This record gives sequence, C-alpha cells and structure tokens, in this order.
Amino acid sequence: MTRRGRLALFAVSAAGLSALLLWAVAGLPDFGHFQGRYGATLNKVAVSERHATNVVTAIVFDYRGIDTLGEEFILFTSVIGVALLLRETRDETGRIHDAVRSDALRLVGIAFAAVLFTIGLYVVAHGPITPGGGFQGGVVLAGAFTLVYLAGDYRAYRGLTPQPALDFVEGAGAGGYAVIGIVSMLLGSAYLHNFGPFGTPGTLASAGTISMLNLATALEVTAAFVLLFTEFLEDLQLTREQSA
Amino acid sequence: MIPLQAAAMALVAFFALAVVLTREIVRLAMISSAYALTLVVLFVIFQAPDVALSELVVGAVAFPLVIVVAIVMQRGGE
Repeated sequence: MTRRGRLALFAVSAAGLSALLLWAVAGLPDFGHFQGRYGATLNKVAVSERHATNVVTAIVFDYRGIDTLGEEFILFTSVIGVALLLRETRDETGRIHDAVRSDALRLVGIAFAAVLFTIGLYVVAHGPITPGGGFQGGVVLAGAFTLVYLAGDYRAYRGLTPQPALDFVEGAGAGGYAVIGIVSMLLGSAYLHNFGPFGTPGTLASAGTISMLNLATALEVTAAFVLLFTEFLEDLQLTREQSA
Repeated sequence: MIPLQAAAMALVAFFALAVVLTREIVRLAMISSAYALTLVVLFVIFQAPDVALSELVVGAVAFPLVIVVAIVMQRGGE
C-alpha cells in the first residue's frame, strides 16, 4: 500500500473513531451526577454498616472482597512465574558490587528511603479511613527497599530483604487473605463476610476484617514487588558477568 | 466541564501523543513516567484520589523501574 493510500485510510478511520468517541463522551452523565444505584447505596451504608470512612477500601476488601482475592492471586502467581523462570538459570552468587561511590548520594538516598517507608506505612494503615490502602502502600514500601539499592548499598538491600523472609511474607500475605475468609465461614456467615470488630469510624482500629485484609494485601504486595525487583536484579548481574 | 478539568485532559492527551511518538527507549521510560504523572493529576482533579494513588505507584514508579531494568539487560548489563 502506498503512503498516500495509508494516509487516506488513516484519515477516514481517525475521523470515524473520533466521531464515535465524541458521541460516547457527550452521552456521559455530568461530572458528579453518577446515576448507578449500587454506588449510591454503598455510599449510604458503608460508614454505618462497616465503620470504614473510605468507601473505596470498603468496596475492595468487603463488598467485592472475593474479586480482590482473585487479584491478589494474580499478582502472587505472576511473581511465582518470574521467580521460577529466573531462579532456574542462575546459582546464588551474591557478588553484586555497589555501583554508587558517592557518600552524599548514599546519605540522601537512605534518608529518602526512611521517609518513603514511613509514608508507605501511613498509606497502608489509613487504608480504611483515607484514600490509599494495602496495594498502594505496599508498592510504596517496596519502593523504599528499592531506593536502598538505588542509593548504592546492595549489601544493605539484601540484608533487609533476605529471600526466605520474602518468600514467607508473600505467601503469608496471600494465604492470610484466604484464611480470613475461612474464619468468616467458621463463624457461620458467608466467605469473606465482615465479622468485625468494627471499632469507631475514622480511627485506625476500625472497619473489622477490612483492616485485616488490607494488612494482608500490604504484606503480599510489598513482598511481591521486592521479590520481582530482586529477581530482575540478580538476573541482570548474571548478564553482566557473562558479558564481562 | 470546568476549565481545570479540560486543561488536565489536554495535558494527558499531549503526553499520550508524546509517548506514542517517542522512538528512543530510554526517553520512552521517562516520558511514560511523566504521562503517568499527568494521569495522576487528572484523577485528583476528577476527585478519585484512590485511583490517583494506584496510578502513581504503578505508572510512575513500578512500570518505569521494570523498563529501566529491561533496558540495562538488553544492553548486556553495561
């Protein structure tokens, strides 16, 4: 096909697509005028029923908790897949040298890692109260560990994240989520039904199983991302040694 | 739609186009991170702070990190 023909085809399809898109956007409800019944109901009942002031977290870990269980295991299995593929091809060498030699960079990096770690804990702990939660906070926590490596201290990074501990925490997070659901069943309600204790809305000790599931997710996500990064890092080192 | 929302959407559109038009892979890692940041701003303006936080940690932190590691591996670990 000639360049001219392709351009003509693009012009026609782009015009068609943008017309359809504009049509769809024009049909959307106005900002702040969502019509769905489900959303309105949850907004009304989440705080009084579950004592969670962040309705998004209440939905994720309670009203559709079983979907989140699935998502949790998606992450779990994909990290297992990466570990299986990459661990097979190398033996433990542990000979990665610190790339950063500047003391100032190290100091700033480690200081930022501490700040980032605190922010991550905050985002996790306040999941049922303010925006955030186990997933977002977990990635921030993993980012804090990564920063320790980026600041140049590979030995400190590996010391902070020993492989057996990572494997255990990841499994405990994913498994803990499923086990909390079974506890609901043992107490005589549906799987993952929130059995409390509910506490006072707006405080850290509130929202019942939402808080527990939030914490389990945080453990799983933190360990999963650190594990993922470590596997890539070790594989990278192997590539370096082979090319050297 | 208020002007602020329109501006945020225009910014996202601009950076999305920049991501598509970038050919050099290191620049792509940086520009896609910046694109994620504009999306974060969009979500905050549209009052979806939870989604904004998720986008922030995945789009601006986790994704570029994986891309950078992939680039280094592809270059033979230089």
